[in-house]
Amino acid sequence: MKRYLDVVWAVLWKDLRIELRSKDVFTSMAVFAVLAVMIFNFAFELRVPDKTVVIPGVLWVTITFSGVLGLGRSFISEKDRGSIAGLLLAPVDRSAIYFGKMLANLLFILIVEAFLLPLMVIFFNTNFVSPALLLLLFLGTLGFAAVGTIFSGLAVNTRTREILLPVLLFPVMLPVLMAGIRATIGLMEGDSIADLAKWFNLVFFFDILYIVVAYLTFDYVVEE
Amino acid sequence: MMTTPLIEVTRLRKAFGRHRVLKGIDMRIEAGSSVVMFGPNGAGKTTFLRILATLSKPTSGTVRVAGVDIRDNPEGIRQYLGLVGHAPLLYDDLTAYENLRFYARLYGMEASGERIRELLERVGLWHRRHDLVRTFSRGMVQRMAIARALLHNPPILLLDEPDTGLDPQAAEMMTDLLREIGGSERTIIMTTHHLERGLALADRVLILVGGEIVFDQPASDIDYQELRPLYDAYVGEGVVA
Repeated sequence: MKRYLDVVWAVLWKDLRIELRSKDVFTSMAVFAVLAVMIFNFAFELRVPDKTVVIPGVLWVTITFSGVLGLGRSFISEKDRGSIAGLLLAPVDRSAIYFGKMLANLLFILIVEAFLLPLMVIFFNTNFVSPALLLLLFLGTLGFAAVGTIFSGLAVNTRTREILLPVLLFPVMLPVLMAGIRATIGLMEGDSIADLAKWFNLVFFFDILYIVVAYLTFDYVVEE
Repeated sequence: MMTTPLIEVTRLRKAFGRHRVLKGIDMRIEAGSSVVMFGPNGAGKTTFLRILATLSKPTSGTVRVAGVDIRDNPEGIRQYLGLVGHAPLLYDDLTAYENLRFYARLYGMEASGERIRELLERVGLWHRRHDLVRTFSRGMVQRMAIARALLHNPPILLLDEPDTGLDPQAAEMMTDLLREIGGSERTIIMTTHHLERGLALADRVLILVGGEIVFDQPASDIDYQELRPLYDAYVGEGVVA
């Protein structure tokens, strides 16, 4: 088990180290998130009397679209420089590589969210952030990173990889997105976590489902 | 009396869709031997090495390493393999040292510092250990790739055209390095287009054409002057010298 966790940590450390130097993934995700919030803000300012009602949708859509940019790079960069073979040659269960990659993606998206939330508070002039919302975002992002990482590995071997990733990902992510948006609406209306337990449980259930399926299938996804 | 081969390939076939790349390869490779495989582009050399490296699965047939079918225990087999491929399998945004440290962790090497130093000194890159790999020349990257492949001291080294893209001087340096790391302990299987260089490293020569081995002889039985026309006859004129 220690050996397995060492490989997970090694892959995570490697992706973080490279990202700290290149800033390729984070820059594109963060810039996209800022632009999306700005565009949503100006668009709804003209049409919607109360902008706060659109916050849940804007929040989850922005996270989803900016997250796809980062997820897409996760395996494309490995494939393009050929280093994916180096990972696959490691004498360890290949799911360890998946978990390392997944945790790196999760961290990148969470960092973008840490920038996105205060930005939205400023633009929409409403403090909608609460500990319950942070928990919900973490759970939703976990599911997103779990399923996004496996689809990123799947799409990278195709010619239309940039297009294929969102086409595969968004339908599968729908249950988590729907539950996340519904729970966010409830939290903004003052409901407690207990009131919204079914939505939180749904997100949690899909997180577990995505992670288990990814763990079982990653070896087949990356094999030639 | 026949010895047990380190690598035993039996009726190995590989197809991508309807395209058959390997058409039934049988081969026995003894421990400590240096096998060089020549062949034109598309002959199946890279596919063959990728199957040996457990990166690709055979369509049919078996590959046994030390008596173990690679499909039964691919994780265990990988510990015995080092691969230098077309791509160096290195990260441009990591330093030379960080790259080797990362791979050492993948291979479960606890105290890897001394081994990394030994290898970087051997390939002449210790003084550049803190430089990003993106600042290295092609020749330096290839030497780094060999250091990476040797990191866990694998008894089997797979080299897929390691001299591709190198200028003559760098290629010569690579040949010297490969000769040095070979020895009687390590089994080397190498593919190359360069007949003279390959022959100098080999103790067994194979020619692969159209997914089939058409020539298999000890290197001591043939010299370059004999091999050149033979190779041309098998694969046609116009190939790299």
